[in-house]
Amino acid sequence: MVAFSCSEDESTAPDEDTDAFDRKAMLINWADNIIIPAYTAFDDKAEMLLVETQSFTADPTVSNLENLRSVWMAAYLEFQNVSMFEIGKAEMLNYRNRINVYPTNASEIESLIASGNYDFSLPSTVDAQGFPAMDYLLNGLASSNDETVAFYTTNTNAQNYKDYLNALAETISTLTKTVLNDWKGDYRDTFVNNTSSSASGAVDKLANDYVFYYEKALRAGKVGIPAGVFSNDPLPEKVEAFYKKNISKQLALKALQATQNFFEGKKFNGSAKGESFKSYLEYLNTIKNGENLGNLISAQFETAKTSLKGLNDNFVLQIETDNPKMLAAYNELQRNVILLKVDMLQAMDINVDYVDSDGD
Amino acid sequence: MSAAVKTYFTKQTQAAPLAVFRVFFGVMMLISIIRFWANGWIEKLYLTPKFHFSYYGFEWVQPLGSYTYALFAICGLAALLVAIGYKYRMAIIVFFLSFTYIELMDKTTYLNHYYFISCVSFVLIFLPANVYFSFDAKQNPERASYYVPNWTIDAIKLLLAMVYFYAGLAKLNSDWLLRAMPLKIWLPAKYDLPFLGNLMQQEWVHYAFSWSGAIYDLTIPFLLLYKRTRWFAFILVVVFHVLTRVLFPIGMFPYIMIVSALIFFDASLHHKILRFISKLFKIDKVKMDSKIKTVFFQKKKKSAKIVIAAFLVLQLLFPWRYLLYPGELFWTEEGFRFSWRVMLMEKAGYAQFKVVDGKTGKQFYVDNSDFLNPFQEKQMSFQPDFILEYAHFLGNHFASQGHQNLKVYVESYVALNGRLSQPFIDPSVDLLQEKESFKHKTWILDFKDEIKGL
Repeated sequence: MVAFSCSEDESTAPDEDTDAFDRKAMLINWADNIIIPAYTAFDDKAEMLLVETQSFTADPTVSNLENLRSVWMAAYLEFQNVSMFEIGKAEMLNYRNRINVYPTNASEIESLIASGNYDFSLPSTVDAQGFPAMDYLLNGLASSNDETVAFYTTNTNAQNYKDYLNALAETISTLTKTVLNDWKGDYRDTFVNNTSSSASGAVDKLANDYVFYYEKALRAGKVGIPAGVFSNDPLPEKVEAFYKKNISKQLALKALQATQNFFEGKKFNGSAKGESFKSYLEYLNTIKNGENLGNLISAQFETAKTSLKGLNDNFVLQIETDNPKMLAAYNELQRNVILLKVDMLQAMDINVDYVDSDGD
Repeated sequence: MSAAVKTYFTKQTQAAPLAVFRVFFGVMMLISIIRFWANGWIEKLYLTPKFHFSYYGFEWVQPLGSYTYALFAICGLAALLVAIGYKYRMAIIVFFLSFTYIELMDKTTYLNHYYFISCVSFVLIFLPANVYFSFDAKQNPERASYYVPNWTIDAIKLLLAMVYFYAGLAKLNSDWLLRAMPLKIWLPAKYDLPFLGNLMQQEWVHYAFSWSGAIYDLTIPFLLLYKRTRWFAFILVVVFHVLTRVLFPIGMFPYIMIVSALIFFDASLHHKILRFISKLFKIDKVKMDSKIKTVFFQKKKKSAKIVIAAFLVLQLLFPWRYLLYPGELFWTEEGFRFSWRVMLMEKAGYAQFKVVDGKTGKQFYVDNSDFLNPFQEKQMSFQPDFILEYAHFLGNHFASQGHQNLKVYVESYVALNGRLSQPFIDPSVDLLQEKESFKHKTWILDFKDEIKGL
């Protein structure tokens, strides 16, 4: 063992640098072409959301409500592009949970509005803020537009409703700006330079975050839990955007496309591809000569997408009328959990566990 | 007993190698316990989890709540007493029991080198490692001696040789030698090593490491035994273990093996080591030696010899028990543990449990993170005995929640040495109907490939 390693490293030619997969190039592609542009796009939408919220609360009319709803929906969709990047500032802020924990807690929201006293940085308020809370306040208060607007005009607590809605939009925007500014500041360099192979290396960490997001937030949160995979009965009230009703499929598809694009290293809002999990797997496969795992995973993304597309726009209706179809979509999503978590992480020798104990 | 055997057992040699082994072993164990504690692993591995995986027959061994810290403290104190040789017999018994108890608390943390520690400490109970260079010898000069029976040192040598040789035999399979697996997975991931990073990407390096690793393990016991190759062998031991330390997260094990290998050397080296230690602690070694220089080991107890001989024979046979099971050993892991199969394969899995209420027919899947920490979930996902034990735990848990006539199924996939993941456990088998035993687990699905070799 000795003889081989020690005698060789002295003769290591400089051109051998190109032999190893360039993880830094992958991190740079992730940061510069995907993560930062995605946050920038979402930040714009979050800011528009704030502006429209302020217009609505300044002048609560049905037409302003409808404007706000459409901006809210656009922002919610855009958020699906950044939700998986729970690393750095986002991780510190508990960003994903503060923006998108659902089902939202309507009774808690009502009591916070009634008291007029709330602090969204408290973990206890995590299910009373973000897009789902806005969903409740925009789509869930009443069945007609006029009745909804009345909460912000004639209701005895109208001012508190307006304040709460403003605070929600402000929080989404502020949190997003904090994360984006951190990426635009020092964190981008910290991230791309952290090429260490240890559990704290950027590739290891983001790979774990990514797989966790795909398994827990996308597969389970958006599809599995409402379909009743983890409970005795289906729980349609747990779908994303429950009060808006007809966008749950769109949100799930957007998230799935975003995870696939990230896997393939596709530039945000572009078609060019850079270094990615997929190209890393291709590199490793040249050593291993095994199955082309990257292609298998891409193909499974496509299958899952087709399966999701076949569902009703409103997952609540899908679950209530034909849940087996919902479960079938879940199964297609599930297949990629195995390929990503077992096969991909094994190929990259990335540990899933965060317990840093010894091996032998 | 033949005459040759009888003569062998009457032979005595200097006690210094055994004393040095005792001192280093105790110190290494003390450091290991402190390190384990300082890393916060007592809490993380033994106090936080709601459920612990037990060894078959040792279900009664459980963490002791906050007293677990006391257990580690006792173990560490015992290690210190072993090192200084104070009330040695009691100390080594307490060490063996407490250390082994710790290891039995949760098999998630099973490591061959922990098992090795248990084996060594068991053997040390029966060896006169405190007759020389110890507080016991100082306080009871009548029990001190300059010599010990040859066999006492040979027993440790044999145990060490066995660890290496069996680890080498285990590598004689087609995955290790012909596919350079799992090193082809592990080494490229070490791209950020200074100097070696690029080299780790080269296919020939993976093969070179695989083959030299196997040859090293198989030959090192002999190279250490023969005087002419001993120093060369020891340098190999140091380089090999330092290299494994650099490449893999294997904690204290490399250092323990390096100091253990010193036992193969002549007493003269050990006296040098003891002189160094004496200087450090202002011990008058010359005076101490002069008093007992001609004292041979007196106590003749037959039982120790018999216990050690029986133990070593058992150790020689135990790793072969896997031959009694059908199927691929790496896949089923029936007879895998306690056999010095060290750093031998890369295995990962995914297990999703389905709980069915037999009365209502309703079913749901379990979120494993509700019950297991990520480390436990990882270990559980590719080891059948873990899967079975966890299924029964789930059955009991949900039965206590009022579910009736429960059935627990698992959908699981396992990837072995870079092969694409395959279904692992028969998903149609209600695991609550299966009991843990030493019999072959028929509900493990066949491995769809072949690994040739031992």
